[in-house]
Amino acid sequence: MIELSDFLILGALLFSLGVAGIFINRKNVILLLMCIELILLAVNINFIGFSAYLGDIAGQIFVFFILTVAAAEAAIGLAIVVVLFRSRGDINVASLDVMKG
Amino acid sequence: MEQVIFYVFAAVMLFAATMVISVRNPVHAALFLVLAFFNAAIIWVLAGAEFLGIALVVVYVGAVMVLFLFVLMMLDINAAPLREGFARYLPVGVLVAGLMVLQLAAVILSARLELISGTIPEPAADVNNIKAIGGLLYTAYVYPFEIAAVILLVAIVAAITLTLRRRTGSRKQDVAKQLSVKKDDRLRLARMRPSQRQGGGIR
Repeated sequence: MIELSDFLILGALLFSLGVAGIFINRKNVILLLMCIELILLAVNINFIGFSAYLGDIAGQIFVFFILTVAAAEAAIGLAIVVVLFRSRGDINVASLDVMKG
Repeated sequence: MEQVIFYVFAAVMLFAATMVISVRNPVHAALFLVLAFFNAAIIWVLAGAEFLGIALVVVYVGAVMVLFLFVLMMLDINAAPLREGFARYLPVGVLVAGLMVLQLAAVILSARLELISGTIPEPAADVNNIKAIGGLLYTAYVYPFEIAAVILLVAIVAAITLTLRRRTGSRKQDVAKQLSVKKDDRLRLARMRPSQRQGGGIR
């Protein structure tokens, strides 16, 4: 039998890998987006685990909405990357300093 | 048996996630992310969430990751300057990730929350996962469902308006401009004196 803690630990490890990826790949915008996808996947695994454990289907519906929002976020993020590449010529985060913020 | 399958796929998934954040080529990273999504889908199906497992493969592997690969291959990216600082930030990343794992493990393994002893029950044979999700999604969650549809529509419009490029110098038809044209815009009546032709007559 799968235990609930297996799911939670898997989600925790995946989440931490995503956060570590954001730290070590902090120059490449596309890899940052991929790390965000990893983090969202970890959250979804937690939701699925709790949904199966509690026998409550509402957790799976939340996963459905998270998938929707993540797909929208990926589409807009990649569109921004394309625009950034057109105007700056690369996708380095360090070149995102036009506004000098 | 189920536990063995879970551990195998979880191990492959963690390996794939590690490769996503550490591999040199961004295209390889995207392909390892596809592997991670496949394994996550299998684990979800194992937990009884068949619809979401299939939706993950269709939506993520079929649409989102293809979009990632399309952008990666369309843009002519020089990956070498994007990797600089990798070794410098690696200790910080490992430190933060390790700290986060410790904190989450402390929460998960704490006896007070009773999360360790719970086993996931076998999915009942007569429960149709898709039917259950549909029954809840179109009744109790119909309003969030429609908001999700609006979010997708906004994302479509935003992505198109961001990447739309108006080319100067291309000839295209503007129907409104054509219809609203006046006679004076196009037609010019020139008043000329009749020319005097030598020899006369029509040749």
